[in-house]
Amino acid sequence: MRKDGRAAAVSAPVPSRWRCGPEPSRRRSDTGRGHAAPFLPPGRPTRPGSAHTGRFALGSSRSRVLARAPGRPATAGGTALRGVQARGWVKAGKMAQRRRLAEDAGGPRGPTPGSQRAALYVHWPYCEKRCSYCNFNKYIPRGVDEAAMRRCLVTEAQTLLQLSGVRRVESVFFGGGTPSLASPHTVAAVLEAVAQATHLPADSEVTLEANPTSAPSSRLAAFRAAGVNRLSIGLQSLDDTELQLLGRTHSASEALQMLAEARRHFPGRVSVDLMLGLPAQHVGPWLGQLRKLLRLCDDHVSLYQLSLERGTALFTQVQQGALPAPDPELAAEMYQEGRAVLREAGFRQYEVSNFARNGALSTHNWTYWQCGQYLGVGPGAHGRFIPQGAGGHTREARIQTLEPDSWMKEVTLFGHGTRRRVPLGELALLEEVLAMGLRTDVGITHQHWQQFEPQLTLWDLFVADKEVQELLEQGLLLLDHRGLRCSWEGLAVLDSMLPTLLSRLQEAWQQRTPSPVPGG
Amino acid sequence: MRRPDVSESPSVLGVLSRSLRGRLGGNGGGGDGAVASLDPLLTILSRGEMWTLAGQGCWRRCALAAWATRAVRRGLPAPRPAPTRGAAAESKPPDRSYSSADRKEKIDMSRFPVENTRNFSIIAHVDHGKSTLADRLLELTGAIDKTKNNKQVLDKLQVERERGITVKAQTASLFYDYEGKQYLLNLIDTPGHVDFSYEVSRSLSACQGVLLVVDANEGIQAQTVANFFLAFEAQLSVIPVINKIDLKNADPERVEKQIEKVFDIPSDECIKISAKLGTNVESVLQAVIKRIPPPKVHRKNPLRALVFDSTFDQYRGVIANVALFDGVVSKGDKIVSAHTQKTYEVNEVGVLNPNEQPTHKLYAGQVGYLIAGMKDVTEAQIGDTLYLHKQPVEPLPGFKSAKPMVFAGMYPIDQSEYNNLKSAIEKLTLNDSSVTVHRDSSLALGAGWRLGFLGLLHMEVFNQRLEQEYNASVILTTPTVPYKAVLSSAKLIKEYREKEITIINPAQFPDKSKVTEYLEPIVLGTIITPDEYTGKIMMLCQARRAVQKNMMYVDQNRIMLKYLFPLNEIVVDFYDSLKSLSSGYASFDYEDAGYQTAELVKMDILLNGNIVEELVTVVHKDKAYSAGKAICERLKDSLPRQLFEIAIQAALGSKIIARETVKAYRKNVLAKCYGGDITRKMKLLKRQTEGKKKLRKVGNVEVPKDAFIKVLKTQSDK
Repeated sequence: MRKDGRAAAVSAPVPSRWRCGPEPSRRRSDTGRGHAAPFLPPGRPTRPGSAHTGRFALGSSRSRVLARAPGRPATAGGTALRGVQARGWVKAGKMAQRRRLAEDAGGPRGPTPGSQRAALYVHWPYCEKRCSYCNFNKYIPRGVDEAAMRRCLVTEAQTLLQLSGVRRVESVFFGGGTPSLASPHTVAAVLEAVAQATHLPADSEVTLEANPTSAPSSRLAAFRAAGVNRLSIGLQSLDDTELQLLGRTHSASEALQMLAEARRHFPGRVSVDLMLGLPAQHVGPWLGQLRKLLRLCDDHVSLYQLSLERGTALFTQVQQGALPAPDPELAAEMYQEGRAVLREAGFRQYEVSNFARNGALSTHNWTYWQCGQYLGVGPGAHGRFIPQGAGGHTREARIQTLEPDSWMKEVTLFGHGTRRRVPLGELALLEEVLAMGLRTDVGITHQHWQQFEPQLTLWDLFVADKEVQELLEQGLLLLDHRGLRCSWEGLAVLDSMLPTLLSRLQEAWQQRTPSPVPGG
Repeated sequence: MRRPDVSESPSVLGVLSRSLRGRLGGNGGGGDGAVASLDPLLTILSRGEMWTLAGQGCWRRCALAAWATRAVRRGLPAPRPAPTRGAAAESKPPDRSYSSADRKEKIDMSRFPVENTRNFSIIAHVDHGKSTLADRLLELTGAIDKTKNNKQVLDKLQVERERGITVKAQTASLFYDYEGKQYLLNLIDTPGHVDFSYEVSRSLSACQGVLLVVDANEGIQAQTVANFFLAFEAQLSVIPVINKIDLKNADPERVEKQIEKVFDIPSDECIKISAKLGTNVESVLQAVIKRIPPPKVHRKNPLRALVFDSTFDQYRGVIANVALFDGVVSKGDKIVSAHTQKTYEVNEVGVLNPNEQPTHKLYAGQVGYLIAGMKDVTEAQIGDTLYLHKQPVEPLPGFKSAKPMVFAGMYPIDQSEYNNLKSAIEKLTLNDSSVTVHRDSSLALGAGWRLGFLGLLHMEVFNQRLEQEYNASVILTTPTVPYKAVLSSAKLIKEYREKEITIINPAQFPDKSKVTEYLEPIVLGTIITPDEYTGKIMMLCQARRAVQKNMMYVDQNRIMLKYLFPLNEIVVDFYDSLKSLSSGYASFDYEDAGYQTAELVKMDILLNGNIVEELVTVVHKDKAYSAGKAICERLKDSLPRQLFEIAIQAALGSKIIARETVKAYRKNVLAKCYGGDITRKMKLLKRQTEGKKKLRKVGNVEVPKDAFIKVLKTQSDK
């Protein structure tokens, strides 16, 4: 693989950095069926990759990156690249901004088989301050050795890309933490590494999560130059009291100012998060916030109901009675009213919490719900992919080491900080296809299902089941020629339906005639 | 023994006579004159026989089933403070296969003539220091090492030590030299709690006197009264012992006056001690010798031995605790059970000191144990008389078997545990035959049993022993009481082959149209409380449908109340309510008082119109509304929301008496589900999907087992 890659890089000079990475030559015969290629090659023993200890040997990836720098000898130093880099990012950024997603996001995209495509998640673990509701893997550092962090993110991205055998990265998402606290240089370095290791199309979605206070206009420009083409703003609320309650560092006016700036830099590519169901929050004022936001926002909005997580300050406060517990009835009402308001404003609710107009869906997140492959880079990042580069044939759920310092140590020593690898069996993957797919408005199309399970159709599974029939009759679930999906009402209560659907799937899976295993 | 003089003490005997009459179903007007003539119980007792087994009308005194334990000591805390011989044998299981006789030098019991023998018990309210006094007596007589830190030596079960209660009567033979003579003092330790008073009675049947221990600080409590009357009715000498005089708030003089007033015992007969510090304990032993008479028995007569307790040892079989009324028994004797007519050969006899210590023989008047190759505890029937082969004697009166008063369903938490639980229950009931066991099954909880207990504490203790000694965890449903129905339907009478049936399970409750009347068990409750709580307590009793029978001051500010309670009103939470509204100061005890007519109804619980079979309840008509409301509310709190509204209703026939609603879910979907959330979400879904398989469906409503448990289970915390 490495040999192939190097040879390709040397022999194929290309104009743009992102586009330049020629598609690595395909060693396995391509089915040519694009997305329809199954993720699981049939008939292979479902065992995780060779590395018994969860570690695997890493070649000299550093030299490989350099070797793939366009038009440069393999030994060229990094500083000499700067000018080229800058030009490359700007161009790529422009390309990316021009791009609009097709209405049916997740549809066929290029000829690369599913197992050779992936989305890439990059975790920046640091925050300025702990938000009162957040139980994510984040750290409030005294001082970040950003250079070290950058090196490690780059190294791990290279390792995992090589391990996955992925040839095309279709989206990159910088999440956290507060990735907008990272320097644009770090973002650029990761993107560069990805582009060098694999094909990163110019129109790939590259999202950065940003907090209103951490990204002034100049930084936004720098991020754009680094290759970011989509911004997700953690605005959360337009009420200063609520923002304080949430432990946010910004005010409502700062958030709106940031939103305006962001729209200037990333027109049509800005998303805002709004929370609902906060303690003491009422429906009327919250809808007021949403309406105000709709006058100012871009083409993407996420509505998140607050969930009180153990170990957060907010949880403790509610537990101790210092704050009223959020009222689930009110939250449900906010959600329903909010969905309706967004629909009227021309937004498509393409997922439980996500709304877009003008086709501005997040392709990266869509990959999660369609059970596409994704790589997770950074402390505590999750990934799901087949380690084809290590000879694997089974998809694995992977988690990187949580704590940044340990993670960095591991990446330095082993090239990656993968802490846990769990092979996903066929049934487990189908369960994910079901549970994730139904979160979207499209649901699970027959085509989509067939990619994962060619034998048992959705009809076979669900049409005769009494409990599923009840759900269909109640109009919560729809099963028709397109596939299986939630109705408008059903989407809000999906988690009550999933146990029924999953137990039906499990039952059918046990009853199915065991398919012959070709090739043993 | 000094008996209260009827004519001298009208106030006290008024109480006594009413209490006895209540028990015997009498309804005389009270007052002094009625007592002497009315009292058949006293008449029975006055036959003057020291080993009388009195009390025909009272289940709890006569309910003398085995609650033996010695064989069931697995799971006991390892360090046993007393390095006695038996204890050593206990801690070395391999030794158990040998008879202790092989290792011990046998004691010659003929050294103790009847006149040098005393058989006595200690009775007291919970925590008044009975077991501590027993420890001191054991130390003083050398039964256990004084230098060791002895605590509740006779309370061997973990549950006894943890709760500070005695569940199982234990026997210890003490050897004590006094004024140049060696005495044999047989101490039979008794449980303090009401539920175990059948143990008390059984112990008392082998005694001629008791030490009545009263806390110098707390004074007379409800169980002090109950236990006193047990001893009094058995015509035993009562030696009042005022304990804990070392406490800061001790007021022994006040307690003396209470004892004088309530029990009519002159205050100069009280012995004031501190069992904890050992103060004045020696004088207790001397009082035992001086004030308790020796048993009136005859060594020359043929053997007549009463089995008053038995335990099961898996290596040696049944170990019967016996009291000899007449004759002598020794190893090799052929004995016959009057009950089964089976003949056994005696393998071993001995005394308990407090652990088994073999002797050559046991003589009339002595108390000890006997092993005779009985393979099953049922062979050693409690109350049975043993006599020598070919020398039959008139059997002793014997005991009625214990009658369970509280029933509850018991189910394994997981059905896969059924067989383990079954064998644990079997083993535990082997030594506690007062627990009745019926197989039962519930759609929600699976296969299980309906167990009958003597009372609530008995039930809790049984449950705790299952957990501690057998590592079993169970679901125990809310206790119910045995109702009765007098049938009018000829068809049903034919079916049951009797006119009056006992209803243990609400599912068997016959329809009103087929019965003449329903009956519920009632008890006579004694409450002793500081008078400031009297008002609140009377309100509580009234709310529990209780009828006041008597009220008297035991001293300037303590009051004793007697109420007739329907048993089902006190089985669940009465004691807790009483304790909480009296800041813990009121004490309570009760005794069986038969049955009374009651307007009982069957209450159904419905979910969206469908009856939930496991929640069918029998309630008193006046309590149906509140009981129905409580169940509906508990269900509402424990039923998860579903995709549709759930109506929870309580109904009497077709009449709805209570309703709660669980609203449909309007939103139930995880807000954020991205790459890092999928693993967690799938794990949760897996749990939910597995949980779904265990759900019980009532109509279209899915009811998790937890919800049933929350509704059915005894509420330990309020």
